[in-house]
Amino acid sequence: MVTLNDRISCHTPNQDGTTTQEYFINMGPQHPSTHGVLRLILKMDGETVNDIIPVLGYIHRGIEKKAEAVGYRQQVHLTDRLDYLCALMNNWAVSAAIEKALNLEVNDRIQTVRTIIAELQRIQSHQLWWGVFGMDLGAFTPFLYGFRDREKITEIFEKTMGARLTMNYFQPGGMMYDIHPDFVKDIKEFIKYFRPILKEYEDLFSGNIIVQERLKNVGIIDAQTALAYGATGPVLRASGMPLDLRKMQPYGAYSKVNFTVPVGTVGDSWDRYQVRIQEMYQSLLIIEQLIDNIPDGPHMTMKYAAKIKPPAGRYYTQMETARGIFGTFFVSDGNDRPYRMHFRTPNFNNLWSILKMAPGGRVADLVAILSSIDLVVPDMDR
Amino acid sequence: MKSLSFYIHNLYQNQQWLDFILYLGLGLILTLSLMSVVALVLVYAERKIAAHFQCRLGPMRVGWHGTLQTVADALKLLLKEDLIPKAADRFLFALAPFLTVMAALLSLSVLPFSLSATLSNMNIGLLFLSAISGYGVLGILIGGWASNNKWSLLGAMRAGAQLISYELSMTLSLLSIVVLSGSLNLNEIIASQAQGWWIWRAHLVGFISFVIYIISSTAETNRTPFDMAEGESELTAGFHTEYSGMRFAFFFLSEYVNLFIVSAIGSILFLGGWMPLHIGEWESFNALMDFVPGPIWFLLKTGALIFLSMWFRWTFPRLRVDQLMRFEWKFLLPLGLINLFLSSIIALGGFYFFP
Amino acid sequence: MSQTIESFKLLLENAFSEPLTYLEASQLLTIKVQENQLFATLKTLKETLKFDALIDHAGVDWPNENKIELIYILFSTHHNQQIMVSADIDRNQPTPPSVSSLWAIAEWQEREVFDLLGVTYKNHPDLRRLFLEDNWVGSPLRKDYKDDFILERPW
Repeated sequence: MVTLNDRISCHTPNQDGTTTQEYFINMGPQHPSTHGVLRLILKMDGETVNDIIPVLGYIHRGIEKKAEAVGYRQQVHLTDRLDYLCALMNNWAVSAAIEKALNLEVNDRIQTVRTIIAELQRIQSHQLWWGVFGMDLGAFTPFLYGFRDREKITEIFEKTMGARLTMNYFQPGGMMYDIHPDFVKDIKEFIKYFRPILKEYEDLFSGNIIVQERLKNVGIIDAQTALAYGATGPVLRASGMPLDLRKMQPYGAYSKVNFTVPVGTVGDSWDRYQVRIQEMYQSLLIIEQLIDNIPDGPHMTMKYAAKIKPPAGRYYTQMETARGIFGTFFVSDGNDRPYRMHFRTPNFNNLWSILKMAPGGRVADLVAILSSIDLVVPDMDR
Repeated sequence: MKSLSFYIHNLYQNQQWLDFILYLGLGLILTLSLMSVVALVLVYAERKIAAHFQCRLGPMRVGWHGTLQTVADALKLLLKEDLIPKAADRFLFALAPFLTVMAALLSLSVLPFSLSATLSNMNIGLLFLSAISGYGVLGILIGGWASNNKWSLLGAMRAGAQLISYELSMTLSLLSIVVLSGSLNLNEIIASQAQGWWIWRAHLVGFISFVIYIISSTAETNRTPFDMAEGESELTAGFHTEYSGMRFAFFFLSEYVNLFIVSAIGSILFLGGWMPLHIGEWESFNALMDFVPGPIWFLLKTGALIFLSMWFRWTFPRLRVDQLMRFEWKFLLPLGLINLFLSSIIALGGFYFFP
Repeated sequence: MSQTIESFKLLLENAFSEPLTYLEASQLLTIKVQENQLFATLKTLKETLKFDALIDHAGVDWPNENKIELIYILFSTHHNQQIMVSADIDRNQPTPPSVSSLWAIAEWQEREVFDLLGVTYKNHPDLRRLFLEDNWVGSPLRKDYKDDFILERPW
């Protein structure tokens, strides 16, 4: 069987008789800009990256195996631990998959609140990305600005859900609790606060000549290649492909709201940056359209304790999280536990496009590219 | 011009050896303590300034408003275990931090804090300073090489290339002031600014060379946006990745002392050093300014430049290494050459303001 | 450009010379194919019907029927349609063809299936374990997988 050692011990002698040679260098599993325990083995020539071998599995927890041992209602708790920055969207994706399997229609209140919360979380996720992006480019200040504003959304979530990171809020059939009485007021205040701040983000960072120099024409990937390499979400949209499930296969309350899907033109890191910034504006717009008319109704359409037994078969449901398509595929054999649960995670599939983007660039470009893809490692390793 | 260093020189001439050694030892102790005080104050200042740029408070717990935080950190670094990686070159690994600190120490010894408070009033002070700042890169290169770590080596190589390149435009910007003032002696350069500081006295030339100096000195001290050598998000920590405890503290210390030194040189050359601020014919204002002693003026001006450098650091992202080189060789260096040429014309024709 | 399922089915059937078998116990439109037809079917789907994205690839272990079911979920940005392809392969000698020449992402999705289910793909450019260590024994997602870390649950 081929092992990793076989890949990194191959030695290519120089054709032109020079004495310089390529070398392998380990980026990670402990490296500041791999955001966790991603390990990249770089084949470098001086500062130029010639090849990348990603090594995954440093945070592999066997979530798919675990999912086979727990009931359907408990799947929600496992999805929080995948992409912890889109925990609620993952919750929603798996809840919706189970609801679809049960042919369960949830009421408008649940759909609207889920949509609002998902969009809030998209903003929250992009805020964190913006901060970390700044830090990866060497500017530390955006990091704290991003976290400062992220805190506001976290507080709104905490009021309703009692948790700050792994909320487990959406359940099959509805939500765990009803929304907090202050929910609407808090969100309106946040929107009023955040719109000027978003402008400030752009003033501080986007207009900077160094940022533009670092990002423009770095890590270019065209739409077809990106699609073939499995990229979805902002990474794909920055290449000009308007693949957004919120528009193409509307779910939740997305069919009721007006919004545009920001797309890039070149497919470089700058476009990926711009797409995410514009997405934050669009999310604010979506929330504004929904926040004033949340319909009345119960927040749960199922008995809490009921065992869920979907009819035997194969089910697949997908949703657009902040990083791309999150899919839930499961096979039921009629029991209260899934026969096989598989998560199509956006980060696992987005990662591989760096193999097309980064070679030929510098180490610093690789850092910018990695950050512009916005990877969350636990989501890759599952 | 009766300064401390002339006094020492006289002692040497008259062969009063005991006094001579005593003064030399005293000077050394003073410089060493100045170095640690500068580093402690600057580290605290940087943390506080950064904190306030980022809408937070910074250190608040140790001492009043966290003033003793850096002292506590220094003690912690002193007590920490001193690790040397197994595969490192032990001798060079141990040598590198000392080389870096030595460069900082040597530069401190020639800085004129006021007319009399100058440890060594060299007639080639500026030449000495630029020579020493070139020598500082040696510690970084050796440290990165001896660590036997590829990231460290990458950082050291970047630092080497960067420091040597930016040395050029830094020296060019210094040279234009040398041409204008007609001296290499730091005290004489300051004295030549009695009619007005070089930053505005020499029309645009002084200002351009000030800007070039600020940019290249930021690069020289390895600070953002030019912190290639450390680049913590790219190279983990660059050349000092493998250093810990006191050895790391030495690198850290020299980084801040270097910041102080380049800002001090900037204030000496462009902002009149220990000269008080005088505005044209405002006699009473000028007289009031004369009451403030020289060292205060010097430290105020230096502090302003340090603040500018910190402002850069907490605002700008990092450049890429090839962009950094392109900027230096294709923009800064030609600009510096043209500026030197213009300053020679101004110096020859005597076209200053307030001649 | 979204179509109804029926008109899309028509489009689908026109593209293939042989009649298609649909899998009923599935939420998505699912085609059932034999192992020897797998590559050709996926190739037709990619090239004729413009299914340009392989959204997901997974395997399901069925020890009682001695088979491993491979699932390919395809998405077409042209038709805004999704389709699932299911193929049963032998559990003891799972050697399906690799589709990494059609969609680049398949290379890594197949590595995941190889890692967790022990499916050895033919013509795969770089078939190594993805998550687990190189010297790991067994395929954890198979139903009969046992190791020291799995707790037997009373229910």
